Amino acid sequence: MNDVLEAGLYLLAAIAFILGLKRLASPATARSGNRLAAIGMFVAVLVTLADRNVISYWWIAVGVAIGSVAGALLAKRVEMTAMPELVAAFNGFGGGASAFVAAAEFIRGGADVRTAITIVLSVVIGALTMTGSFVAFGKLKGIVPGRPVGFAGQQFFDAVQVIAIVALGVIVVVNESSGAFWVLVGLALLIGVTRVLPIGGADMPVVIAFLNSASGVAAAAAGFVIDSNILIIAGALVGASGLILTNIMVKAMNRTLVGVLVGGFGGGDGGVAGEIGTLPVKRADVDDVAITLAYAREVIVVPGYGLAVAQAQHALRDLANELESRGVNVRYAIHPVAGRMPGHMNVLLAEADISYDKLYDLEDINREFARADVALVVGANDVVNPSARDDAASPIYGMPILDVDQATTCVVIKRSLSPGFAGIDNPLFYFDGTLMLFDDARAALTSLVGAVRNA
Amino acid sequence: MLSITVFVLAAFVGFEVITKVPPTLHTPLMSGSNAVSGITLVAAIIVAGRGSGTAATVLGTVAVALATVNVVGGFLVTDRMLEMFKKDRP
Repeated sequence: MNDVLEAGLYLLAAIAFILGLKRLASPATARSGNRLAAIGMFVAVLVTLADRNVISYWWIAVGVAIGSVAGALLAKRVEMTAMPELVAAFNGFGGGASAFVAAAEFIRGGADVRTAITIVLSVVIGALTMTGSFVAFGKLKGIVPGRPVGFAGQQFFDAVQVIAIVALGVIVVVNESSGAFWVLVGLALLIGVTRVLPIGGADMPVVIAFLNSASGVAAAAAGFVIDSNILIIAGALVGASGLILTNIMVKAMNRTLVGVLVGGFGGGDGGVAGEIGTLPVKRADVDDVAITLAYAREVIVVPGYGLAVAQAQHALRDLANELESRGVNVRYAIHPVAGRMPGHMNVLLAEADISYDKLYDLEDINREFARADVALVVGANDVVNPSARDDAASPIYGMPILDVDQATTCVVIKRSLSPGFAGIDNPLFYFDGTLMLFDDARAALTSLVGAVRNA
Repeated sequence: MLSITVFVLAAFVGFEVITKVPPTLHTPLMSGSNAVSGITLVAAIIVAGRGSGTAATVLGTVAVALATVNVVGGFLVTDRMLEMFKKDRP
């Protein structure tokens, strides 16, 4: 193919990626944006297949066939609650692909200094992204313990690894040593594991956003290796995207990126504080709550991950429909860390056919609570803990929360008074305006539907 | 040097475009960017198809398979999610 035509088509693909991402600015245009990006990818792949350097198609066909079947099956079968695991796995595949490309280029040999540097960067970033993502996948899936797993002297060990990686990288660049290269690959694979293992399960949203960024940077690094602008552009876009999401998550959890990556925070298995459940709470039954909801005008629902675990999204939608048919205005307040990854709760509610224009972000809904009759908290805990706002001594002090205690009545549906991920008690449960309905989210919401109908 | 310029400019474009993505679409944004980072497929195809020895070809083929999972799986699952985002008719 003509060089100018080839460059032009790659440019077209890059433009399709950018415009595709731009269309993600609204749910109304997002689907067409994703398709536009897919068309860009298709063009880029076709142009590459026509490249004069590509002389044999057999192995490419094998790889594409395996990848297509696996990708399509994963995409079709995954449960929406398992999206974080899937994205973690995809981050790993992306990093892995870049590492394999770099390794193949190293084996081919004859790289000049500039290319050798990019090969080292690509293989290191790609390899640690791959193993780091697989550990994150394991933690989300529950195969690897969610609690921080570390050992004495971990920081020292990691520092030694980093120094060794830099030193080996220099050796590989200077004298193309094969032995040094494979030890380098091994260390990069190892550091991905030892760096993610000590990070607690509650911090996984930050970790997968960060690894998302890393997989983009790995793609860009592979672009430097084979001198391809389309890889550099697409990789940079993904790198930027992941970094923005990492920053949002870190802020929403009141953490720092360094703090998260150093690890050791959060039990992941819950249950630390000793004084939980000693204060009196206002216990309500289904009928009390049904009356409160049925005669309200403004209800704001605060869904938490407990809702998704109980698969109660559909029951929640039924309850909202019932309330809306009585003229109650129902809206949803979504905390950035309500799910297990950025935007996860929105997807889970969309799956239950809840209209996206009723979902509000923290900044947009917080002042509305003061005007709401009922705040209905389902399966959320830390994100509605007033200590984060009022108690400077609290470990979560400073974390942005949803001000549900400002509503006239706050109803909390929860199985028990057990603490959330942060492992601390929630004073909200003992407030005068709070009604506690102790039950499984799905069972409670299902019985509320009938009770509201009869109220 | 030119490549670094391209990288930095693309990152700036990325920041500008992606800051405008609302939180409600952050999960599809992540799975969609998984698909876009599958662009490594382009490099993998060249490496696997160039005929530069068995070892390089095998590594290239693994790279092709991994990147294709990202491309195919990423775009499909994002489409599946975005299809669910609906607005009630007024």
